[in-house]
Amino acid sequence: MANIMIRRGDQGYVFYMPKRDIEDSIVSIEFDTPEKWGGEIRLGNGGIYHIEPQAAPARLPYSVRARRIDGVE
Amino acid sequence: MAALTREETESLIQEVLEVYPEKAKKDRAKHLMVNDKELESSKKCITSNRKSLPGVMTMRGCAYAGSKGVVWGPIKDIISISHGPIGCGQYARAGRRNYYVGTTGVDSFCEINFTSDFQEKDIVFGGDKKLAKLIREIETLFPLSKGVSIQSECPIGLIGDDIEAVAKKSALELGKPVVPVRCEGFRGVSQSLGHHIANDSVRDWIISNRDGKPFEKTPYDVAILGDYNIGGDAWASRILLEEMGLRVVAQWSGDGTLAEMVNPPPGKLNLRHCYRSMNYISRHMEEKYGIPWMEYNFFGPTKIKESLRKIASYFDDTIKAGAERVIEKYTPAMEAVIAKYKPRLQGKKVMLYVGGLRPRHVVGAYEDLGMEVVGTGYEFAHNDDYDRTIKEMGDTTLIYDDATGHELDEFVKTLKPDLIGSGIKEKYVFHKMGFPFRQMHSWDYSGPYHGYDGFAVFAKDMDLTINNPCWSMIKAPWLQPAEVAEEPQAA
Repeated sequence: MANIMIRRGDQGYVFYMPKRDIEDSIVSIEFDTPEKWGGEIRLGNGGIYHIEPQAAPARLPYSVRARRIDGVE
Repeated sequence: MAALTREETESLIQEVLEVYPEKAKKDRAKHLMVNDKELESSKKCITSNRKSLPGVMTMRGCAYAGSKGVVWGPIKDIISISHGPIGCGQYARAGRRNYYVGTTGVDSFCEINFTSDFQEKDIVFGGDKKLAKLIREIETLFPLSKGVSIQSECPIGLIGDDIEAVAKKSALELGKPVVPVRCEGFRGVSQSLGHHIANDSVRDWIISNRDGKPFEKTPYDVAILGDYNIGGDAWASRILLEEMGLRVVAQWSGDGTLAEMVNPPPGKLNLRHCYRSMNYISRHMEEKYGIPWMEYNFFGPTKIKESLRKIASYFDDTIKAGAERVIEKYTPAMEAVIAKYKPRLQGKKVMLYVGGLRPRHVVGAYEDLGMEVVGTGYEFAHNDDYDRTIKEMGDTTLIYDDATGHELDEFVKTLKPDLIGSGIKEKYVFHKMGFPFRQMHSWDYSGPYHGYDGFAVFAKDMDLTINNPCWSMIKAPWLQPAEVAEEPQAA
């Protein structure tokens, strides 16, 4: 589990992990509705992370705990 | 048109890698690439922000350099203590020409080396008492200092001194902020982590001090982040922003003060010049205070024009008109600069190897002068920096991450650039090889290079370096081929 920060970039969501200074685009996010948001997120570099599905944050950027499922660090 | 074709560049990389042992070769191969503009992301081709290989010469600095030298050092009215043995502070003293207005030793302290000068007994028995005493002494000698930051050197982390406790106690005693910064040199792979640690300490100890207190706002408040006022860079940028109608509430951290450090949160927009060293704190401010940030580039008229318009797009029409006015005002002067120097510099090839933003930012300025960047690389960039670099650079340009001494030498020998832009560690090597060289960290004791005024200085400096007659005399007369040596007599 690691803290990540999600913000909105020019093209969709951007992923950032302060601990490892990894910044990348989010290619896909499993749930992206106001009621249910999160799930599996896939990054531009091939990494896959999981955020516990929850209500969409009122404001971005938003810091949240995420679990690494697969991919490079 | 790049100097070499794709195949030639690729074979150059292979050739350079040939000397390494198998394992080192495999590792270094990941750090070198030939640019391909089609690429969306750099990850497949270049690896960055990894530990340097033992045994090769790296140009990187340490976390202490990133924190004390870059982020904390230029804040003029606080005293940054180099906590540990004396060398780190003394050899880094005043090396980065962060200009400031003030009287050194009275209300400004950037150029003075403050250190706890660790001795053997401090390592054995701990240096906390000495640190507390030192902070009291500072208060007696320099009562106008606005605060203290404690920049740890390697031994502090190794012996486990509790500088946080000392800082908290001293802050109460002094009634001024005392910030412990855990930037021991062994942390991380390069100075990049030092920037991060410094940003985090600003976040934890400084930035929230203004929260809830009144601040007279205007709708045009901006903060300059990541401009360290090397040779007056921040000043040359600031006047442009003010001319277009914005109010600059803070300069982080070149010519900055502690009072300015708490100003960005109530502001409207954070303008970030050095992405690498200030992105952590601007992310924090974006999340906590909802202030957007943007990266801008004030090198060369083309990029300045783009940046001014982009900055103006965050504001209303008065600022947009202001930006156009500024661009219009300076365009004739810039055209004159280009008309003067472009004929002398047209078609010259440049190789860059600098720190965190310049390898991509200065490309536009060189292109304005008709020059071409044939190779570029960063000491401590991360993957996202390379993502942006790929777009800026020409196709088939050579890109190198954390280049070693051997690699740089070989690249230069093959590419034969007309100018090399890098740091002091590389300067004399390439001078001896007979290549014109400019320090692109410290502007070779010139500057400013940012902004419209800076571009005039930049163009002049590049001309002075490249067209200096000394480069034709670098070879001893008896080593020159016969016909070249005889030329003066024939003429």
